[in-house]
Amino acid sequence: MNITRILKTIFMTDFATGLSIAIKKIFKSKKTINYPFEKGKISPRFRGEHALRRYPNGEERCIACKLCEAVCPAQAITIESEIKSDGSRKTTRYDIDMLKCIYCGLCEESCPVDAIVQGPNFEFATETREELYYNKKKLLENGDKWEESLAQNIKADSPFN
Amino acid sequence: MPKIIINNKEIEFEDGMTVLQACEMAGAEIPRFCYHERLSIAGNCRMCLVEMEKSPKPIASCAMPAAEGMKIKTNTPFVDKARKGVMEFLLANHPLDCPVCDQGGECDLQDQSLFYGLDNSRYSENKRQVKEKYMGPLIKTQMTRCIHCTRCIRFATEVAGIPELGAIGRGEDMEITTYLERSMESELSANVIDLCPVGALTSKPYAFEARPWELKKTETIDVMDAVGSNIRVDTYGWEVKRILPRINEDINEEWISDKTRYACDGLLKQRIDTPYIRENGQLKKTTWENAKKTLINKIKSFDPNEVAGIVGDLSDLEMIYSFKSFFNSLGSNNLECRQDRIYINPEERINYIFNSSIKGIENSDLILLVGSNPRLEASILNARIRKAYQKNNTKIYSIGDPGDLTYPYEVIGSNTSIIKLIAAGSHEISEKIKKSKKPMIIIGESALYGEAGRYTFETIKKFLFTNNFIRNDWNALNVLTQQASRVGALDLGLYSIAKNDNFSFFDKLENGLFKFIYLLGADDINFKKDDKFIVYQGSHGDKGAEIADIVLPGAAYTEKNGLFVNLEGKIQNAYKASYPPGDAREDWKIIKDLSKLLKKPEDYKDINELQKNIKKNITIKNNINLKNTESVEFIEKEISIKPIDYYFTNSIARSSKTMNECRRVKKKFLFTGIEKAS
Repeated sequence: MNITRILKTIFMTDFATGLSIAIKKIFKSKKTINYPFEKGKISPRFRGEHALRRYPNGEERCIACKLCEAVCPAQAITIESEIKSDGSRKTTRYDIDMLKCIYCGLCEESCPVDAIVQGPNFEFATETREELYYNKKKLLENGDKWEESLAQNIKADSPFN
Repeated sequence: MPKIIINNKEIEFEDGMTVLQACEMAGAEIPRFCYHERLSIAGNCRMCLVEMEKSPKPIASCAMPAAEGMKIKTNTPFVDKARKGVMEFLLANHPLDCPVCDQGGECDLQDQSLFYGLDNSRYSENKRQVKEKYMGPLIKTQMTRCIHCTRCIRFATEVAGIPELGAIGRGEDMEITTYLERSMESELSANVIDLCPVGALTSKPYAFEARPWELKKTETIDVMDAVGSNIRVDTYGWEVKRILPRINEDINEEWISDKTRYACDGLLKQRIDTPYIRENGQLKKTTWENAKKTLINKIKSFDPNEVAGIVGDLSDLEMIYSFKSFFNSLGSNNLECRQDRIYINPEERINYIFNSSIKGIENSDLILLVGSNPRLEASILNARIRKAYQKNNTKIYSIGDPGDLTYPYEVIGSNTSIIKLIAAGSHEISEKIKKSKKPMIIIGESALYGEAGRYTFETIKKFLFTNNFIRNDWNALNVLTQQASRVGALDLGLYSIAKNDNFSFFDKLENGLFKFIYLLGADDINFKKDDKFIVYQGSHGDKGAEIADIVLPGAAYTEKNGLFVNLEGKIQNAYKASYPPGDAREDWKIIKDLSKLLKKPEDYKDINELQKNIKKNITIKNNINLKNTESVEFIEKEISIKPIDYYFTNSIARSSKTMNECRRVKKKFLFTGIEKAS
């Protein structure tokens, strides 16, 4: 047992240092937040719940090019397409299995028209598995609900694309 | 052989080859859009530029004939720069709509711009916009995407033989059009979709249906006609989304007819997916057990001579073989594969096949069509005849007037008396045939109809035999069958011929001697139902199922493994691309179950054993040992070519929406009084 160790033990220097740090922290601002009443700031690139966006005139953006379906590493996306009466290419089915999804963001990245996006929402836990099999209706609803922040995020991130 | 140096490698080439072909032989890949092996050379896309020593400018390799001592380089920065430049010009006016383009994923322009193009665009001006053109119910156009390779024009003019497509305007204003915006007339029209290197011409029925990478591809055989074109079936889940040609130089080269390509949507409609049984005049759904039990009880209640079976046009050998052994175990021999009174002589195999072979047409120097319209009966074969006409200027004659065949021919009469004259040697044609080295006589079904058919066939055969044109190396006798199952059924002996009566089956049928008729996918036979008990086994609810008392759901040609014999007598394997809908089953399995219920089980366990049995039963004799031929008494009869409803020849085509549309456009049918005839 060496001498410094003995002295440290007698004068309780470790204890004093610890106490001084604690006292200093009392006067500093809090690092924790009171979730769910308070929320932290998230990046515009945050990859949360998926949404399908629309154009301002209400038309669906998705053109059923199936690039997201092809790129999805978890094969969570299923798309079926058809020709609409105005000759445009649109989906009849757009399903995402949110349980399979690994939230990698490749679908968003591959989308040529910014239709499928991963929004800022991460609070979509459900009680049953079935609720997490998203269909086109649910995704479009998400899009309508989050459009404002989605558009903001895309704009904020656009210089880096 | 002359020699050429490509990328410092010396190779030998054949005279008449182009630099591009020589480069391909040397293993140097050259990008191209307008060049196509089976079409004439246009040299207008400039993508195939290569460097030639002593030439200040790069040369278009597709249009440059290879010559002795040329030094070609394909991998220099000079060539790379030339390709990049050409690519940039091609893309200047090409819209960036790959995500909505159906060609996306299998587009030559997409692939080549990835490999040889620039990675960014310098073009910021307005792009050219071209109005879409109407080309009929099969071809969807998006002419803004066109890069003016003119492959479609050359195909329509050279291969299809109907110059319906052309280009108007020059330079940037050049547009491909059907001139009057009419539907394309050719039966091979949809091949321009495969030829189009970009998405300017795409398939209308397949528009936006699926992406090429998500389809399951199965290589199989077509059954729409007897040619047996090699096809690739693309399926998405259960649905057959599209059918594409596969290269087979001996049969279809790389073309398929529109019916082959587009009848596939009929596989989704009008399907029989559960057994039906007739109760009080109404077809009611039932179970397999009930249907099979009723069938067996019924069949046992008749005398074997009163039981008859007819095999339809789309049956594979498995069906036919098991059907035959089922009937044999019943003790009945009343089997027929014909649905019309068409004369057959099944003694020798050469009597019912296309002996000269489809490839052989190219070598022929004289073709005589007898009561045949190859354009509608076998469109692919007709394209070969046209090729022979173009390549060798083959003289073509016809007995009976088939109308426009896409090549010139001379009608020499339309009566069996012409055949008599030819056989007697007193017609000018018989001299020409004797003088020619490789003549062909193609006998169509219209000429074989009834008793006069016997005269026509036997006389021609005798004429060819006596003039030594039925040899091992060249057999000029050709029968043009129209049904995919016909040659196979005859090979397996599925016919009822009494001595001196080729049509005994039909006589018995008309005289009401059959009380129980088993239709195996046979829809085109005409007879009175009366009190007959009819069983229909097939895939589609068509004419056969309408009159049936028991309907058994079978599989269509894309839904089972099977063997087919084409009109040349080639056995080809068809593979399962999809599966039968609902309760429907593969046909041979149904018949096997019936045999089990009859307590006379079939002698095979699975499809492999069945196919082994079939191959044992088909004896293909390659050597001709014809000793003598019979003379038949002359019967005077008009040889008139039966009109064919091209788009409606079988139950699958009849259920197809696309085929209906084509038929409507071609015949200018009106559905309602409001529509205007266009």
